[in-house]
Amino acid sequence: MSRLKTVFSKLKGRRCALIPFITGGDPAASVTTPLMHALVQAGADALEVGMPFSDPMADGPAIQMGHQRALAQGVTTQAVLQMVADFRRDDKTTPVILMGYVNPVETMGYDVFARRSSEAGVDGVILVDLPPEEAQVWRAAASGVGLDTIFLLAPTTTGDRIASISAASSGFLYYVALKGVTGAGHLDVGEVEAKIASVRAVTGLPVGVGFGIRDPESAAKLARVADAVIVGSAIVERIAQAASPDEAVRNAAAFVRSLRAALPTREASPA
Amino acid sequence: MSYDQPDEHGHFGVYGGQFVAETLMGPLALLTEAYQNARRDPDFQAELAADFRDYIGRPSPLYWARRLSAEVGGARIYLKREDLNHTGAHKVNNTIGQALLAKRMGKKRLIAETGAGQHGVATATVAARLGLSCAIYMGAEDIVRQAPNVRRMRLLGAEVVSVTLGSRTLKDAMNEAMRDWATTVDDTFYVIGSVSGPHPYPMMVRDFQAVIGREARAQILEQEGRLPEALVACVGGGSNAMGLFYAFLEDQGVALYGVEAAGAGLDSGRHAAPLTAGAGRGVLHGTRSYLMFDGDGQISGTHSISAGLDYPGVGPEHAWLKDSGRAHYVAVDDKAALAAFHHLTRLEGILPALESSHALAYAEQLAVKLGPKAAIVVNLSGRGDKDVETVAAHEGTVSCHG
Repeated sequence: MSRLKTVFSKLKGRRCALIPFITGGDPAASVTTPLMHALVQAGADALEVGMPFSDPMADGPAIQMGHQRALAQGVTTQAVLQMVADFRRDDKTTPVILMGYVNPVETMGYDVFARRSSEAGVDGVILVDLPPEEAQVWRAAASGVGLDTIFLLAPTTTGDRIASISAASSGFLYYVALKGVTGAGHLDVGEVEAKIASVRAVTGLPVGVGFGIRDPESAAKLARVADAVIVGSAIVERIAQAASPDEAVRNAAAFVRSLRAALPTREASPA
Repeated sequence: MSYDQPDEHGHFGVYGGQFVAETLMGPLALLTEAYQNARRDPDFQAELAADFRDYIGRPSPLYWARRLSAEVGGARIYLKREDLNHTGAHKVNNTIGQALLAKRMGKKRLIAETGAGQHGVATATVAARLGLSCAIYMGAEDIVRQAPNVRRMRLLGAEVVSVTLGSRTLKDAMNEAMRDWATTVDDTFYVIGSVSGPHPYPMMVRDFQAVIGREARAQILEQEGRLPEALVACVGGGSNAMGLFYAFLEDQGVALYGVEAAGAGLDSGRHAAPLTAGAGRGVLHGTRSYLMFDGDGQISGTHSISAGLDYPGVGPEHAWLKDSGRAHYVAVDDKAALAAFHHLTRLEGILPALESSHALAYAEQLAVKLGPKAAIVVNLSGRGDKDVETVAAHEGTVSCHG
């Protein structure tokens, strides 16, 4: 069973999974692997690691700056894969998902990227600007090495697309909670709840929710309806504000601990 | 065989497509449907034709530049005078079309990216006319070098948003406009200014700009009694070139030349010529095309004296036309473009935009090569008033240091 499946089946009916996002190489390449371990100790159930890109069009200012800080250090896609490989030496169980944009992946080659990701211990990949319609080659490469392909759903996704995107996805579905970019501040929990119900009507895959979850309170609210909450910008901001790499790790871990403490546990599934 | 690109998913061979975050896929499907309906609707086409005539001032003249031709000493050079359009460039052909579509779709707000500011001005203009609110994204560097256009946009009631991330030019303005659109899709229409971006934009912008070539073809037949040997147009994203070329694609005897910006020289790496420099295939801003990027897939910084050509990608249909051999792509550097700017100004009393000056520079070379029996049509895509300060500043620099 894949690491993602194991985590979701272990938590099913008990608690929503917590998935923090960090950008690989932000604030420095040497910090990422220790930061990943610290986030797991703070209560992360899986980790999402961003592959830096010069033009991150779906990201708000916080994560854009994270990408820029990493690129300024010379961090490449290959370097991020190495960070995951380093993490995997000491952690065999926590799923790692890479999130990025398609041009660096196409540049490496879909097959090469898929193989190296799998060898590094990556479990799933989200390519933000690669919708399923353009993803045939990528999906074949990923499934060939057992990588999950996680596609996005959005508030603007129509009913028939929900079905086709679900069919192209494995691991989980990533529901983008708002119209906008990462880190935006206009989350509507009621709207998300209604949309997730319509997603669950067509798929048995777990549904993660991200974009706009900024604090323990909003994480707790969405944890009642989602199988995973994904928190990125709020963590990346804490990393940016830290005076040193050590402080960045401490602040990010403390924040993830507060998120985890806020997630409600369920006695048993009422349904 | 008739030309029928793109396919229904917006692919020109391996190029084009829709590479955007999921939030925009639904809105792009609605836009495609609305455009296909409008395209077949005689009322929409009639409204567009009336605006072309009465608001833009079309048809734009095809002008035989006698003194320039004589000075160069070769083919007869004809200028398609898009600089005489309302707002001073070809951009308004497209913004009129997209704004009519926005109105039809019930949108209340227009947004756009701009490099030289011509597309921003053309969008702010149609927004004012239709009573729509308007925000224009522009790189901080371009705001400095195209200050007159920034003032024009503000006078027209648009908010000009300075983009300070990344390279602070057109590429970053487009990133920011796409972020805005993802946030405001319900009431906002994104007016893309070139034959780039996700489907249906490359097709739609080409269709609106195709009026340039339709007119030019009829005009040259009337003036010369035959088709020209060649067409020449500058290519940043490539909308004025696509607009000129489209009506001639099946006229195999007419050679098509797209002129990119070689900046400080193709060898210097400081240019904006992905087609000519043989850049790789890549994905940016919703489309697959030739693109300038490094070994890790990070998009490269570009350089051109002309803000409107300072872009690392190019429209996907140009990539297709290059690979198919139907069109040829060449590059002209800053220095040659500036020389051509002065030639036209002094010989014909026409100040060309620095973008169009790239096409003029190549046309001069081509005219000599083709000889006096030939005729060439150059797209004079915009007027150079906006560039007067840039030219002065650049030549000030040259005279101080050189």
